[in-house]
Amino acid sequence: MSAREKNASQWGAHLVLIPICALTLYPVLWVIGLALTPGEAHLRAGLWPLPAHASLEHVGALLSSRDAAGQLIFVRQLFNSLVVASATTAIGVALSVTAAYALSRFSFPGRQLGMSTLLATQMFPATMMSVPLYAILDRLHLLDSLAGLTIVYATTAIPFSVWMLKGYFDTIPRDLEEAALLDGATQGQIFLKVVLPLARPALAVTALFSFMTAWNEFVLAATFIDGQSRFTLPVALQRLVGEYHTEWGQFAAGALLVSAPVMLVFFALQKHLVGGLTAGGVKG
Amino acid sequence: MSWRNCLSVGLAALAMLIAPARAADMPAAATAPERLLVWHAYRAAEERALLQLLAQFNASQSRYRAEALALPYDVYASKLTAAIPSGHGPDLFLFSQERVAVWARAGLLAPLDADGAELAAGFPAASLEALRSAGHLYGLPLSLKCDALYYNRALISTPPSTSDELEREARRLTLASEGRYGLAYEANDFFHHAAWLHGYGGGVFIEPGHRAQLDSSAAVSALEFVRRLALEDQVIPEEPSGTLVAQLFNAGHAAMVINGPWFAGEVQGIDYGIAPLPRITSTGLLAAPLLTVEAALVSARSPVQDGARALARYLVSTEGAAVRARVGRQVVATRSAYALADIGSDPLLSVFREAAEHAVPMDNTPAMLPVWEPEKRALVAALTGAASPKDALAQAQRRLLATTRAAPPSRSPWPYLAAAALLLLGGLAVARRRAPQSNARVQYIARELWRAAAYCAPAATSILVLVLVPFAVGLGLSFFHHDSGHYTFVGLANFIDILASRDYRISEPMSFWFTLAVTLLWTAVNVALHVSIGLGLALLLRDPLLRFKGIYRVLLIIPWAIPNYITALVWKGMFHRQYGAISALFTALHLQPISWFTSFSTAFAANVITNTWLGFPFMMVVALGALQSIPQDLYEAAEVDGASRWAQFRHITLPLLKPALLPAIILGAVWTFNMFNIVYLVSGGEPGGSTDILVSEAYRWAFQRNEQFGFAAAYSTLIFLFLLGWSALSRRLAREPSAGAA
Repeated sequence: MSAREKNASQWGAHLVLIPICALTLYPVLWVIGLALTPGEAHLRAGLWPLPAHASLEHVGALLSSRDAAGQLIFVRQLFNSLVVASATTAIGVALSVTAAYALSRFSFPGRQLGMSTLLATQMFPATMMSVPLYAILDRLHLLDSLAGLTIVYATTAIPFSVWMLKGYFDTIPRDLEEAALLDGATQGQIFLKVVLPLARPALAVTALFSFMTAWNEFVLAATFIDGQSRFTLPVALQRLVGEYHTEWGQFAAGALLVSAPVMLVFFALQKHLVGGLTAGGVKG
Repeated sequence: MSWRNCLSVGLAALAMLIAPARAADMPAAATAPERLLVWHAYRAAEERALLQLLAQFNASQSRYRAEALALPYDVYASKLTAAIPSGHGPDLFLFSQERVAVWARAGLLAPLDADGAELAAGFPAASLEALRSAGHLYGLPLSLKCDALYYNRALISTPPSTSDELEREARRLTLASEGRYGLAYEANDFFHHAAWLHGYGGGVFIEPGHRAQLDSSAAVSALEFVRRLALEDQVIPEEPSGTLVAQLFNAGHAAMVINGPWFAGEVQGIDYGIAPLPRITSTGLLAAPLLTVEAALVSARSPVQDGARALARYLVSTEGAAVRARVGRQVVATRSAYALADIGSDPLLSVFREAAEHAVPMDNTPAMLPVWEPEKRALVAALTGAASPKDALAQAQRRLLATTRAAPPSRSPWPYLAAAALLLLGGLAVARRRAPQSNARVQYIARELWRAAAYCAPAATSILVLVLVPFAVGLGLSFFHHDSGHYTFVGLANFIDILASRDYRISEPMSFWFTLAVTLLWTAVNVALHVSIGLGLALLLRDPLLRFKGIYRVLLIIPWAIPNYITALVWKGMFHRQYGAISALFTALHLQPISWFTSFSTAFAANVITNTWLGFPFMMVVALGALQSIPQDLYEAAEVDGASRWAQFRHITLPLLKPALLPAIILGAVWTFNMFNIVYLVSGGEPGGSTDILVSEAYRWAFQRNEQFGFAAAYSTLIFLFLLGWSALSRRLAREPSAGAA
């Protein structure tokens, strides 16, 4: 492509991307508008969502909300969410990576069945699962604990992660591993030093997905946890939705605050997601 | 971030998780007071009142120590149902009378007959009656909630006392072009509509304890009255939601509002008055609203029932009621509280108390629970002009009959168990026969299997325990019929009922086949849009020379990052015909705004638009990752050979994307098939249940239609079998390449 063609295609890309970004962000402006409008939600017919006089009162009310013991709820539950989501990511990725490698590289009876079972687990609607899951966690004495919640979330994230990683591993040629074997590397070393670095983009997607699974989940967290100090952030947010009345201002503020860590995680993972594979001798 | 850093952070987090979860809550010494767990879903002022009372209770005696747990309202009922039977529930909990009969029958509630007999004179008889089931009293009444008429004093000086007056005043104060309405209330909600039904001499039940009758002549007259108000006089705003009603009243654009005592807390800056609902002119009867009684209920499994009852009695005592009335602004049921000067003369409390005297207590039996959904559909249909009141209510009655289906006859499980055992044996025999192996081959397979197991074991174990077991339970549940905690085996009856669409035609929304067709359409459209938009954006963002692509990527991922509960509701607000941003956009473009939720195609489109907005970032991220697996040299070689960009896309990008992208597409399709949130929150199934997909139908069967868990499980099993069959078929058709073909 000539330099002029490259330039034109760049302008073309910006021309497409900017309107799409605007469309994508417009509903978010409404959420911001709800968070910044002081008092009860105001009637705002029309196209511009932001209020004339913005106020941070809802953000302040949310951050400083305290429970009966006088502890800061939001901060505590933000912390719980961070712990649970990080642990879910770590455990989910660790478990999925090993399983996906086995499913991709080894051939053994039950391999196809394993893949199909993973897919099948996604097909059963989750609305029916919370009651049996409650009973199982009860037997395992994992109720009312963040550890139990983490294990459930990590397990929920595994099927997609394994499928995604296996598909990615399939694209990495075996010659590399065979070459490493000839050079005297052990299976473990091949896995850790040759295959994993090449699968960084898929690992980044898996990590982000596991994090999101745990971060925004509300129903299981509210059902399995019995103590306010152990609730996660989505539960705190959902408390703002009452039987007759929803605190839209605080809920919107909370929703925006809750999205911030996700954006940070994505930002951190971005370079792995699109980080170039070193050119040349990597792929045959 | 290095390996070691990650490991140490991970271990620290793990330690935090494993640390004793309940250390902070354990009492120190052996003679410490017994703990009383109180669950509630209160917020703001009501919560403050409750906490104050619990503190006072704890201070006044040392035998028990009450602790409160505040729960989100959405999960409150289901959490109670899961926790109490397994012994992890509360000792005392606060709930309305809605489920008293169901819970009593399931053995979750402790009878409070002794307390009731002693305290009976202190409460209105109707409030105690609402908490009785099968002759026993199961709760002590805390507060009363019913509708009354709020009016803006600047617009109305004396509140109307008859329905004709109401209609006249409302017409006078309505100016639709300026967005001013005479009467703003949630006309689609049966709770508010019930007052008119009672005013026209009707009721939900012909006889208590029997099935509801929704299409009586009184019901038709009441609905015609409201239809006139909405469509001819146009005094009621379109698509009224609780938030819209509050916003209109606070902006001075609604002269009158029909709502309960909780509404007072939402009013800001308006001088308003409250009056009981008027009399219906043609019948002379009061428009008596429904009465909700909030009560203190004691768990039957509580180890400290005496303490729970003592606490309940304290909450309903004069002292307790006074705090709840003053601080919590509750319309308390305790009569003696109104003898206190400030409470007796409080304008809010006294008007609602008078309204409650004439209100009709909501039925607490299971027969009431399945009434809400058909009534709501009928109200929406009549108030948008889609059907006449008579037809809408006839349809509602048919829907009610279909959803409150009689229990199928119970059957013996043995023939089914025998059949299952035979199938299993047959499967094993076929598996054994199929592979005659040589010794060396068996050894090789065993070794490979052992190696694979080592890699897969942790993941496999957790999936087995936490996914497959509940799944098996769910599967098993589909062979049972559920009724208030009792399960009876009914064999294949649930499946037959679903597939045969016995009570309704196949082309009706309630039929499994109709919903299946809608779900397939929903999945196909969504996946096509998500993949094309996600992949398109990923391709655009892949160009290494593009400036700001990091910023673009972060911006485009925002829809995925924000909790979809609020964004789905923001989208729903944007689709509002009158006040939504999309209508404003249409008006700015000189187009006629459309009513999105009155026809199937537009409601379906609204759902698709919202889901696409929410779903494309995920596909974009996956596509970005997948594109990395294609080596750049191929593109360079193609360029040297003179291939155009489109040819490069078709012959390099697409085929090589398949192994990495296909899993996401397949899984995305499965998830979209089961995407419950969006359909429930945006269109809510409107119009008439036609945009409901299979999973939201299953939800309704489980939670809105009399807790038919067995039926819902059968629905879910059918969803599962369908998806399984489809994936097997598509795999055969696509002839997926085996691993390692890169």
